[in-house]
Amino acid sequence: MPEPRLRINGEDHEADVSPQVSLLDALREHLWLTGTKKGCDQGACGACTVLVDGRRIVSCLALAVQYEGREITTIEGVDHPLQEAFVRHDGLQCGYCTPGQICSAIGMLGEYAAGAPSAATEGLAPGSLTPAEIRERMSGNICRCGAYNGIAEAIQEVAS
Amino acid sequence: MKTFTYLRAADVDAALQRIAAEPGARFLGGGTNLVDLMREGIEAPATLIDITRLPLDGIEELPDGGLRIGALVRNSDLAAHPVVRGRYPFLSQAILLGATGQIRNMATVGGNLLQRTRCLYFYDEASACNKREPGAGCAARDGFNRGNAILGTSGARVATHPSDMAVALAAIDAVVEVRSSRGTRQIPLTDFHRLPGTTPHLESHLEPDELITAVELPPLPVAAHSHYRKVRDRASYAFALVSVAAALDVGADGRIADVRLALGGVATKPWRARTAEQLLLGTAATEERFATAAAAELAAGVPLSGNAFKIDLVCRTVVAVLRKLATERSGS
Repeated sequence: MPEPRLRINGEDHEADVSPQVSLLDALREHLWLTGTKKGCDQGACGACTVLVDGRRIVSCLALAVQYEGREITTIEGVDHPLQEAFVRHDGLQCGYCTPGQICSAIGMLGEYAAGAPSAATEGLAPGSLTPAEIRERMSGNICRCGAYNGIAEAIQEVAS
Repeated sequence: MKTFTYLRAADVDAALQRIAAEPGARFLGGGTNLVDLMREGIEAPATLIDITRLPLDGIEELPDGGLRIGALVRNSDLAAHPVVRGRYPFLSQAILLGATGQIRNMATVGGNLLQRTRCLYFYDEASACNKREPGAGCAARDGFNRGNAILGTSGARVATHPSDMAVALAAIDAVVEVRSSRGTRQIPLTDFHRLPGTTPHLESHLEPDELITAVELPPLPVAAHSHYRKVRDRASYAFALVSVAAALDVGADGRIADVRLALGGVATKPWRARTAEQLLLGTAATEERFATAAAAELAAGVPLSGNAFKIDLVCRTVVAVLRKLATERSGS
């Protein structure tokens, strides 16, 4: 196959990557978009979360070739009120998980707006985005500094 | 990761022809399990056939009131589907209690059925594992086996099937449609996965050249009153220690008119609790009957050094879920 053309933050990139390269490594090591972070590299921590056609995924378990032609958004392409809110609410300490938290929260708010339930949704019929809902829906993003209270508050503020 | 050839199937027939011609190839869906296993060196296919652009991602209502779910429907889309939420709520709940928002957006229905066990020794190449290397032995038997199975085990394997979704599908009597260049066939979900026996490396009855194309749900009125409960070490994003999928219909006379019961986290395959169902059907919907039925189902349980607690835990969880369903029904 020819080199995959990746569409990232509205621009096309020729990524000279072999099939075994993850989308995460293609972004960081081939295209120098280092805002997306590598944590566990096995889908457990969420640091590598990006948006594909508006939906959040973990880029470490995605092969770059599989995402050719899809609309990929990384933290470099994000301009969202969540970013200021994270700062205001001390939603970070070291900041390593923050790009993934922000991308995940954007995707999560989109899922909630579309009426998708979560495991915390009573009767599978989403009502207001309670703190319990936010924590459940964001459980794919780990913060080793433990800034969860600020993260949840920042998301709550932007959601309401 | 070992190098491999990547190709994208143009249509289902092309995908089937390719895999028939190249037995070492594997289909690539969401990749959430397969890519991880390839990175760990546990899976090493020579070719990946990307099927995610094939038109198998629809959910269709059937004339008989059932539902046909394309194999490439993402887990999050299935959980959110209004018909699933209304007619099979425990299926939505089971999916939403598995993995994370990101992974559910990637993972497909077909891939979910084919995910490999999370047994620690299966993932650790330095340990003996009959699933990775038939005949090597099973380090989990005398190892850290808190998460392992107590039902459907054999001397060769004690790993659990990790899916939540498949437990609800087992309770629903879902049917898996598979295709190959030889034709199409239907496999009941409860017969789709194998018990380990003496072939612990074989996990399902899917042939190497077959592709899961759909999962069909029969119409099942009792499923509208159902619940899935998962007990695990963390509040979110953890595999089940035990899980229970139950649907219950209690008649006006207080007797059980219909019941479906399946267990997760405790067995080598999604476990349909038929022994318990038979004991429950037609009896009074009381806590004592629930407990007796659960105990009968678990009578065949063979605990390992570190997971005997699961027998009590799953019995208590069965009772709690049936009590919840019975109480809601009498209250409504």
